[in-house]
Formats: sequence, structure tokens, C-alpha cells
Amino acid sequence: MAFRSAVITFPGSNCDRDMADALEKVSGTAPHRVWHGDHDLPEGLDFIALPGGFSYGDYLRCGAIASRSPVMQAVIAAAEKGVPVLGVCNGFQVLTESGLLPGALLRNSVIRFVCRDATLKVENAQSLFTSGYEAGQEIVIPVAHHDGNYFADDETLDRLEGEGRVAFRYVENVNGSARSIAGVLNAAGNVLGMMPHPERAIETAHGGTDGRALFESAIKGLIGA
Amino acid sequence: MKVRVHVSLKPGVLDPQGRAIHHSLEGLGFTGVNDVRAGRLFELDVADSTSDEALDDMCRKLLANMVIENYRIEKVAA
Repeated sequence: MAFRSAVITFPGSNCDRDMADALEKVSGTAPHRVWHGDHDLPEGLDFIALPGGFSYGDYLRCGAIASRSPVMQAVIAAAEKGVPVLGVCNGFQVLTESGLLPGALLRNSVIRFVCRDATLKVENAQSLFTSGYEAGQEIVIPVAHHDGNYFADDETLDRLEGEGRVAFRYVENVNGSARSIAGVLNAAGNVLGMMPHPERAIETAHGGTDGRALFESAIKGLIGA
Repeated sequence: MKVRVHVSLKPGVLDPQGRAIHHSLEGLGFTGVNDVRAGRLFELDVADSTSDEALDDMCRKLLANMVIENYRIEKVAA
């Protein structure tokens, strides 16, 4: 069975091609490319990816305008029906701004754009996106962002931790994130937002392949390939 | 009708920009600055018939992120 995925492109997205390439290389099927102004998604999607970049020039707040675009209404409806959604970097910001994930991404505490490899600890290895890893495993995934400082109130953070919804944590906190959180899941487990870029670590030419298992586990979990 | 919407970070939310501005003020030799918090000001020109509820809605749905920010609406005399 072919894997039906879609990559959403907003004006200012710049990792959409990398995301599409990763999904195609790992699944063997090229994803649909969907433009932000589209009101409908292709039918029968197995997976939706919101890529990194600087949608709408980061105007207002990172991800704020994108999260109110026509296609996001369709993405929110699909996510609520259980379609898996992965948001990376700006995609994570869009997910928090749209309310699909709790919290917000603030300016990095170091005030600089942080572009480097980051070591992450896999906190939850049982989700759709992370079952290809071992709990506690350390993986190296690149980060590149200015606003990746995860914030939520203590009550929300306690709930996220208590429910196993922290997917990844930074081993060295690169941006000041609350409790070193690098990626979070929604309550149903079908939406993952993360600042690090797994699509930039899927083949040896990238300098590392630790991101590949994320796509492999999602695809395997969805179509049993 | 002219309306100003002031958006500021909630107390307790870290403000790295405000901190950098604070350091810069100190670098310029200004003393006695205890803290700086950066916010945003929106100036809206809306129909006179715009209700307070609609203005609130605009703030909650777009102008402010209620997870991290508060807003204050100020109607400006023409």
C-alpha cells in the first residue's frame, strides 16, 4: 500500500523540499505538495508534515499568520480525526499557534540564532513517531532556529511529563526551553511538534542518519510496510 | 474609530529581548533601570460600529497569544 503524505508549503517555508525528499526517500512515494491557500487536503492522507522556515516572514509571531491560513483549518480538522501531523521548527510554531499543541515557542534565551547539531534524549519511545528509538537513547539532530525556547506554565509542563508527552529533550539546553523540552506530543499522540530537524539527518551525506528512524517508525506504524 | 492594542508578555514569561535591551541601556551608561519588558503596539482604524466583543475577539484570535501574552485595548479620541 502506498504511503499517502502531504507537505504543506507556506509563503516563506524553506524546508518543505527537504521534508518532501525525506518522506519520499523513506517511504518510496512522493508526498503531495499542498499550498497554504488551498482549502482542502488530498483525500485519504496517512501523514501531514508542516515544514520549517519563516512562514509570512515571522510577522506578528513565528507561525501566527500561517496557523490562521485556509489550509490549516483543514489540517486541524484532519488532526482532530486522528491523521498524524509532524511539525518541525516553524511547523512546531504553527502547531502551538493553532492550538494543536500546548505552549509557545519564545525567542531563544541566548538571543542568537542557534544553528548546530543537538544531542536529544528520546523520552517517549512508544509513540507513532518515536517507536523506532529506544527510551533514553541519545540521537544527534540538527537545530536551526531563533525562536525555539519552549514555554508552558508549570501545570501544563507537569501534565505533559506525567502523560509521557515529552517526546524529546535536549541533552544540552541550546535555547532555554522549559525543562529542556525539544519535542511534544498531543494528548492523542498523533501530533508531534519538534524544533530539531529530523529531515536533515536521514542519509550519510547529511552527516548523520539519526532522524531516519522517526520517518521509518511513522511509516511502518501507518502502513505496516 | 482609532484603537490602540497594547500586547505585553505575561509576568513570569522570560523576555530575552527585554533583557538584551536592558543590557544595552546599561551599556550606554543609564543607571537605575531595574527591568525592561518588550511588547507590541497595534494601531487599528476600525468602523465606529465595531463592538467591544469584536475587538476582544481580534486580540484573542490573532493579535495576542493568550498562552504567553496579555493585551489592553485603548480607544483613542479622534
